[in-house]
Amino acid sequence: MFLKDYISEVYTGVSSLLKGMRKTGYYFFHPKEIITEQYPDNRDTLKLAERFRGEVVMPHDENNEHACTGCTACELACPNGTIKIITKFDISPEGKKKKAIDTFVYHLELCTMCNLCIESCPSDAIVMAQNFEHSVYDRSKLTKKLNKPDSKIREGIE
Amino acid sequence: MFSLEGITNTIQNWLYSTFDPTFALLIECAIVILLAIGLFAALGLVLVLMERKVAAHIQIRLGPNRVGPGGMFQTVADTIKLILKEGLVPDLADKFLFNLAPFVVMIVAMLLLAPIAFAKNFQIWDINIGVLYVSAVSSLSVIGILMAGWASNNKYSLLGAMRSGAQIVSYELSAGLSVLTVVVLTGSLQISDIIASQADGWWLFKGHIPVIIAFVIFIIAVTAETNRAPFDLAEAESELTAGFHTEYSGMRFALFFLAEYINIFIVCAIGATLFLGGWMPLHIGHWEGFNHIMDYIPSSIWFMGKTFFLIFLIMWFRWTFPRLRVDQLLNLEWKYLLPISMLNIILVTVIAILGWHF
Repeated sequence: MFLKDYISEVYTGVSSLLKGMRKTGYYFFHPKEIITEQYPDNRDTLKLAERFRGEVVMPHDENNEHACTGCTACELACPNGTIKIITKFDISPEGKKKKAIDTFVYHLELCTMCNLCIESCPSDAIVMAQNFEHSVYDRSKLTKKLNKPDSKIREGIE
Repeated sequence: MFSLEGITNTIQNWLYSTFDPTFALLIECAIVILLAIGLFAALGLVLVLMERKVAAHIQIRLGPNRVGPGGMFQTVADTIKLILKEGLVPDLADKFLFNLAPFVVMIVAMLLLAPIAFAKNFQIWDINIGVLYVSAVSSLSVIGILMAGWASNNKYSLLGAMRSGAQIVSYELSAGLSVLTVVVLTGSLQISDIIASQADGWWLFKGHIPVIIAFVIFIIAVTAETNRAPFDLAEAESELTAGFHTEYSGMRFALFFLAEYINIFIVCAIGATLFLGGWMPLHIGHWEGFNHIMDYIPSSIWFMGKTFFLIFLIMWFRWTFPRLRVDQLLNLEWKYLLPISMLNIILVTVIAILGWHF
């Protein structure tokens, strides 16, 4: 009984080691699997992971319209005060007052790219961009205004 | 056809006809020393680069690729950096032993070069107890390592050196026993005899399963003896910073580093000699045509090819397997490798006596 256990132990040991060597051997003989990005050289063809989080941006469509309602859910969700939303009241053609954003202030220098603001946004107005070359000489350049000048909210988004 | 034998014979004849025998012998010694040092330097550069490239490709990386085409001069740049670095000696270190240790390790590696046949009739010293000489001298390197660990006056160094001692002493046994299988089959300790006995096929193929088992055990044991991962407890970066060479810097560190790679080359050369026929081309039984074609490849290329194949094998499992714990290391040797190789040598003896091998 002891001998049987001993032999099966040796067998499982050797076979599991060989499995590992098969995997690494496969990688060695298939250079196509290499995932290294030679970054400054391949700036144009750089491939980033789909979920890479570079900075928060607010996409605008061709009519200079965004989807932000100014609900401040992202501001509340942000753990370190990166987002500051300044709201205003628009007067609709019917004479009704409607809450809208005046300025979406985003402090990139405080942001930890935790993605909580994007998760919390009910109208998907903000997304994470893949841009990561953020270095500037002046710190104040990192405080960004995300909504473009004269932009307004898209029709039909409450 | 290219052969190193012709070159050495020409040089020897010229030396002996020009100078008197004593002087000619001295000149020959000088040439051999120069060649050995040249080989060491070249091997150091090539093997370090090879290791880094193999490691990178196994880990789906590119490896060094900035210095020279494809990173070819990376190790040259590293060597220049190491030469220019300050060689620091700790205040409370035992200065004499501290400075001596790297040279002891290096000299042991140099001594091991003597009985290795690099090509047909191209051998420094064809001693009739070649295999015994190799296994005797290779165990001396532990003295250099212990010396380094003790002289550094550093707990990490000492721990690394003690581990290294335990490891080398235990794995010597199974390495010796697996070497013995080939000695039993050949009936000779002389390296040239062992190679000549493989003219009709390498022992790995001729000796059935027992020799394959011996080969596997040999590779495992020599990896442990050269203190390489997965048996690199002596320098275990994550536990002991760098083990026995923690306190070394500059050229003294480079000597330790070089000695590690030289030792890999030497044990692989011995493995290639014993199990894969050394410089002997691949011969299959009575296929005269095939054997004749194989003879056209120079013997030095056969030897280097086999050695580098074994080096690649050792690098392959260095970068695949995680490091063992100390108890696992000793378990592996005393509970698995040693009993198996003892049983194996009995099997091989029976095969050799009954003449069951090809």
